[in-house]
Amino acid sequence: MKGLIKIVAVVLLLAAALPAAAQLNVFACEPEWAALAAEVGGERVKTYAATTAHQDPHRIEARPSLIAKVRRAELLVCSGAELEIGWLPMLQRQAGNRRVLSGQPGHFEAASVVERLEIPEQVDRSMGDVHASGNPHVHLDPRRLLQIAGALSARLAELDPIGADYYRQRLADFSGRWQQAIARWEAMAAPLKGARIVVHHKDWVYLCDWLGIEIAGALEPRPGLPTSAGHLAGLRRELANKPAGMIVHTAYQSERAARRLSQMSGIPVVELPYTVGGAKGAVDLFGLFEVTLERLLGAVK
Amino acid sequence: MALSLALVAGAAPAAEGGGFNPDISLILDGRYSAYDNDTEYELPGFMLGGEAGRGEEGFHLGHNELAVSANVDDMYYGKMTAVLHDHEGETEVELEEAYIETLALGNGLAVKGGRFFSGIGYLNDQHPHAWDFADAPLVYRGLFGDQLRDDGLQVSWVAPTDLYFRLGGEITRGERFPAGGAGNDGAGASALFAKLGGDVGASHAWQLGLSHWQAEIEGRTSGGHVHGGGVAEVPTYSGDSTVSGIDFVWKWAPNGNAIERNLKLQAEYFVRDEEGTVVMDDGSASPETTRYDGTQSGWYAQAVYQFMPRWRVGLRYDQLDSDNEGADEEVLGEAGLDDEGHTPTRSTVMLDYSYSEYSRLRLQYAKDDSYEDSDNILTVQYVMSLGPHGAHKF
Repeated sequence: MKGLIKIVAVVLLLAAALPAAAQLNVFACEPEWAALAAEVGGERVKTYAATTAHQDPHRIEARPSLIAKVRRAELLVCSGAELEIGWLPMLQRQAGNRRVLSGQPGHFEAASVVERLEIPEQVDRSMGDVHASGNPHVHLDPRRLLQIAGALSARLAELDPIGADYYRQRLADFSGRWQQAIARWEAMAAPLKGARIVVHHKDWVYLCDWLGIEIAGALEPRPGLPTSAGHLAGLRRELANKPAGMIVHTAYQSERAARRLSQMSGIPVVELPYTVGGAKGAVDLFGLFEVTLERLLGAVK
Repeated sequence: MALSLALVAGAAPAAEGGGFNPDISLILDGRYSAYDNDTEYELPGFMLGGEAGRGEEGFHLGHNELAVSANVDDMYYGKMTAVLHDHEGETEVELEEAYIETLALGNGLAVKGGRFFSGIGYLNDQHPHAWDFADAPLVYRGLFGDQLRDDGLQVSWVAPTDLYFRLGGEITRGERFPAGGAGNDGAGASALFAKLGGDVGASHAWQLGLSHWQAEIEGRTSGGHVHGGGVAEVPTYSGDSTVSGIDFVWKWAPNGNAIERNLKLQAEYFVRDEEGTVVMDDGSASPETTRYDGTQSGWYAQAVYQFMPRWRVGLRYDQLDSDNEGADEEVLGEAGLDDEGHTPTRSTVMLDYSYSEYSRLRLQYAKDDSYEDSDNILTVQYVMSLGPHGAHKF
């Protein structure tokens, strides 16, 4: 009997402790959004990153583990603009969680709060994997990232009103540090202005837009299609006339094509982290941009 | 201009099914097949029905389907798939799927109603264009006539746990093969299934499934027999039928990045028990008949490996077994339920090439010992998809 009372007491204590410990369950489609949710949500959110820097966010399988995570999520933070169209709708339909359906407050699409680039006038499959809502890789422009942070903070406050002041404070703190960092990065990146780079996939449009870098060509003949020998030969001819400073790829893209073009043209290859966790040092959003700039600057010297 | 403004302002179209126009998707599937045998196909010990068969010889069309789907509103999703195929020179339209599904019940619950592929097994609710081989495993051919689908209701629930756990139940009409007769006032079949799944590290993912299906069958027919100039006799079964199954899938991709290389291992086992009566229906008042008590089972295991972008190679082994007893062995034999002392097996190897994720070309070879005359089957196939095409299941 005494044992039973003890158990009941422990259970009651645990139950009482729950509300205080209850964090908002955030399912981030990509590591950059997990990092941003952690920046603006602090200890009030529990973040799960559905993908890593070593996975192509276009091509993720609707795995059972992800369905289980979406089932319990209170907020999805994703890129949107169709980046996750191959897997997120399936997770949403399978998980039976109405809080995170499209159009609900529990579904936050980062690309929808910023101005997007490369919105096509028409979409045809012969153009490859193009997104009707524009290029979705918006996180690589720190100015847009700041806008997204503001919108995400407001969304967190909407879903968790008790924490509204806390989120506002976190956002103010993050914004201050981030704006200082942007000023520092822009000063650092001055030598990159006007540089020409060859990209693997069009992941870098926003970074280039921010830094004034020109995209000289892509290793993929069309977005989403693997490169071919013919395409590389054509690219090399173009580069012979108008040279580029470097060939850029992410941790999740095979470096074979980049190496081949590099051997043909003598242009150096640079692997960029692309997202948090994509390189040593890219442990958070600040680190992501530090490492990216370091490597870009290292290649132009 | 107004459109681009709307886009910039953040009124982005929802990712899928949210537009005003439904998603229309077309699958094109064409084949060339070469066989060594000319004999009529049979699967000793199994009464064939549904789509079961070895397929046509030479150039022919496969599974061409047109699907229309969209969110009806914020509560329901709807989908219809029509399959067009040729049957004896005429093009037939078949309503493959037509269902609605709830979107927003919450708490892990979903209800589906209409005509749909049953949630049993692993391969069953996948469309043939998503299969890794040009044809269904033998156990699906023998037990379900390639795939089990019916008209009815499905309720499923996903548990709020870190380990994926989904439980589903179905009550269906029970008129289509392998059921028949729409017993129990048009609710003659039911199914239960459970799925468990998760990850092991970043590179591995798995799913385990258990299924059970049962039906009260009234007059299930299978392919008719004609005896030299006589009347056709149609083997007809009435009685109970239960099918139990287990399925397992394991997928590997280095760091979970499947673009360069990935491996998929999959195996399923089903066993069916039936007890009832077989009648050789020849239209007469007193057809031949026998009491029948049978067990049929089968399994397959397959591996599909993408060794470089665009290229995959696959290997599959099938095996069936049956143990059917009846009062009149001769009638059982005429109904195709005599295993003729033969264990049906088949070994298949395939190579496919996908220029993009929307197009696939496949070369497949099978050593088919599913009946007594061993056959060599070569198939060349294309499968292409046009239009918005929803994500595939795991």
